[in-house]
Amino acid sequence: MPANPLPGAALDLPTYRRPAGVHPPLDSPGYRSTALRHPREPLVRLPHGLTEITGPVLGEGRVTAADADLTTQHAGEPLGERIIVTGRVLDSDGRPVPGTLIEVWQANAAGRYHHAVDNHSAPLDPNFSGAGRCITDSEGRYRFVTIKPGAYPWGNHYNAWRPAHIHFSLFGCAFTQRLVTRMYFPGDPLFAQDPIFNSVPDAAARQRMICRFDLSITQPEWALGYEWDIVLRGREAAVFEREEGW
Amino acid sequence: MTLPLTPSQTAGPFFAIGLPWADGPHVVPEGTPGAITISGRVLDGAGAPVTDGLVETWQAGPDGRFAHPDDPRSGGEAAGFRGFGRCPTDAAGRYCVMTLRPGRLPSAGGGWEAPHLDVSVFARGLLDRVVTRIYFPDEEEANLADPVLRAIADPGRRATLIAAAQPGQPGQPGEFRFDIRLQGRQETVFFEV
Repeated sequence: MPANPLPGAALDLPTYRRPAGVHPPLDSPGYRSTALRHPREPLVRLPHGLTEITGPVLGEGRVTAADADLTTQHAGEPLGERIIVTGRVLDSDGRPVPGTLIEVWQANAAGRYHHAVDNHSAPLDPNFSGAGRCITDSEGRYRFVTIKPGAYPWGNHYNAWRPAHIHFSLFGCAFTQRLVTRMYFPGDPLFAQDPIFNSVPDAAARQRMICRFDLSITQPEWALGYEWDIVLRGREAAVFEREEGW
Repeated sequence: MTLPLTPSQTAGPFFAIGLPWADGPHVVPEGTPGAITISGRVLDGAGAPVTDGLVETWQAGPDGRFAHPDDPRSGGEAAGFRGFGRCPTDAAGRYCVMTLRPGRLPSAGGGWEAPHLDVSVFARGLLDRVVTRIYFPDEEEANLADPVLRAIADPGRRATLIAAAQPGQPGQPGEFRFDIRLQGRQETVFFEV
């Protein structure tokens, strides 16, 4: 056993607020793939110790500036509607989350993923892989250039279609803040029939997965602009007062 | 000010476009002295392998510390040790991470937590990640004192969090197996974090 300078002493650690009622239930019968994959036993509450309030510091050396532009990864430009997607990563106290890795992946403009198990008959685009990454700046800001993904059919139920979306993976600065989610586009007519979008029980929370068109982000003669802020869990209030480091 | 959270959505079947890294399973570089291997399968409620899952691990270094500003004891971490592992499951549902054994670490409430890794599993059909922990079979004393294990009354359930030792190969000091059963018989204990 390695020696430790604080043998068994109680530590003054931050804890993170629990996300009651926000995330979809793991058992969501409308989405058939949950049937054999959701735990049946109740989840056990895990107190927030050192492993939970820390997390990997990733990205430097793993990401280049070019990784944030999904339209310049090949010899030619991908087909589709060029878009800019930008926003901030914040915690629920409104504090920016700087220096954190964001990874995105998406279908091409025709609604086809560059992936072996996607058997949709829409065409692949040789100029589009559909993966990007970036690190948030000191204000928690990120920015991707890509093309608008297409909607696509899936086998969940008869005539099932997924609304257009971009997958986002975020680390935040603690294990508790890890989040994989999706950004949807405003006004999509497919929302009402989609069990994954509607797995989020609260209507207001569902709206928070939809980006906002913004003419001031839109660049003339070049690309439409969308803004989407992502909010990760914040700390319990007492700790927020104590420390401003992250 | 309190901002409402962004909800979770499933990683879906196509995350392999964006998430796997070539060095993902290597929490430490290949050939690091003392490295161990933890491998296993992710299985669904019918016992079928989950072939489109992603397993991530997060853990302290061998000294029980984290290279992170919120660890009041941070500093002096092992060089090349990332603490974080990531491995997609293969056609047999198998994942693998190569790492160093984590040390014991002080618990927030006093006492000690036994050496462990926190684990997140993402997959099609998981609308939010599921979180579990991997403990070590040869840390019986530390496991008995661990506040998280102690809070699980049923010994059968508790046992789902303990990796099994694999017969070692010459030159490979530690090989552990940890299967993750999402549902049903011997369902792994999952945590609300």
